[in-house]
Amino acid sequence: MKRFIVYTLSIVICFVLQSAMFHYIALANVMPNLLLILVVSFAYMRGRITGLFLGFFSGILVDIIFGNVIGLYALLYLLIGYFIGFTNRFYSNDDYTLPIIFVAVSDFIYGFFYYIFEFLLRGRLDFLFYLRRFIFPEIIYTVTVSVFLYKLLHMINNRLNARENEEA
Amino acid sequence: MRRRAKIHINPKHILIGSVILCISLIIVSFRFGEQFAPVKSAVGTVVSPMQKGINTVGSFISDKLDTLANINELLEENEKLKEQVHILSYENKLLLQDKYELDGLRKLYELDQKFLDYPKVAARVISKDTNNWYNVFTIDKGTRDGLKVNMNVLAGNGLAGIITEVYYNYSVVRSIIDDNSNVSGMFLKTSDTCIVRGDLKLMDEGKIRVELISKDAVIEDNYEVVTSHISPNFLQGILIGYVSDIKLDSSNMTKTAYLTPVVDFERLEEVLIITELKEPLLKEPLID
Repeated sequence: MKRFIVYTLSIVICFVLQSAMFHYIALANVMPNLLLILVVSFAYMRGRITGLFLGFFSGILVDIIFGNVIGLYALLYLLIGYFIGFTNRFYSNDDYTLPIIFVAVSDFIYGFFYYIFEFLLRGRLDFLFYLRRFIFPEIIYTVTVSVFLYKLLHMINNRLNARENEEA
Repeated sequence: MRRRAKIHINPKHILIGSVILCISLIIVSFRFGEQFAPVKSAVGTVVSPMQKGINTVGSFISDKLDTLANINELLEENEKLKEQVHILSYENKLLLQDKYELDGLRKLYELDQKFLDYPKVAARVISKDTNNWYNVFTIDKGTRDGLKVNMNVLAGNGLAGIITEVYYNYSVVRSIIDDNSNVSGMFLKTSDTCIVRGDLKLMDEGKIRVELISKDAVIEDNYEVVTSHISPNFLQGILIGYVSDIKLDSSNMTKTAYLTPVVDFERLEEVLIITELKEPLLKEPLID
């Protein structure tokens, strides 16, 4: 139950930060994808099911507030969460590099599919431009932020684990 | 999670179930988009005060940083004056348009044209699409303040965008630099019409594209483009920006140019909404 509340709160906080603080944290018109960091980190730390549910709920929140079609982001985040969840078997308590690589890879996948669904289907063919101007800067920025955010989330997760072990 | 794990459902089944759920949601929202409006409205009503709060905190901090260099009072006064300048320069623009009209354009029209001083309300930009690809933002006024879909949004003295969705206390605005945006424009001096289209590729240069200008149009760089009389959604005579780089298309039929908007989209904090809708002109071509 405590875990559920923590998840809900972190989704809402990341979403609100990402959408409302744009004036103060956007660099070169690019925002870090905090929700993706959240989904990937927990998927890596907790496994497929957690990744899937977190991805679904963060995606559906973005869809409801900003999307024209409900479910597209949810699907994208959910799949990323699920597949990153497979990497849970490499999870080690003091490895801070691996999750950051996963964040980079999944942000690239996210950007790529986003381009396909929203731009390629409308006939915007210049993929290299979008790659250079949006996908890469977003990856760099997101990765930088994830260095810190992952540590924070990792701490939260450890604390939750400790408490659950006490209870059990 | 620990307790749930004991029930032991295969993650694959959950995956398949939720993918099916998502796909059906996509299909349902494609078919019956309006049905979701209450849900969107409810979630937005919860989230937008939070965004507003964070925004206020952010503004507060940046204000305080500014005061390191300036005196607080001067800053406040400056802000107020700036707002006034925006409104005044907008009004000035209208007067200028009247002057141009009197100078010669009136003969071209059978009908009298009026650039009315439209009623406006001010609003604050509270959030932006979390995505880097779009230029859609949210403002802190909604149906409660009498806003409706398709109302025009100004910032300073130029067109910023149009309201696409309205909820109880917030609304969503698509800016004119958005990749999906099309505005029917007109050169103020020559009355040649054109289409102003947002383009993500030109966004960095702070420009947008102007298309379908008649090849006979006698236009030069730095001519003003305003919203045209044939646009169904935009009120006539709102300044959009200034043209540059006019080129003849390869088809030899039309010209294309770039346009520098008067609105600074990088620093959009306060906007004005015209609370008057253009009357629908049903026999006109539908370009917005």
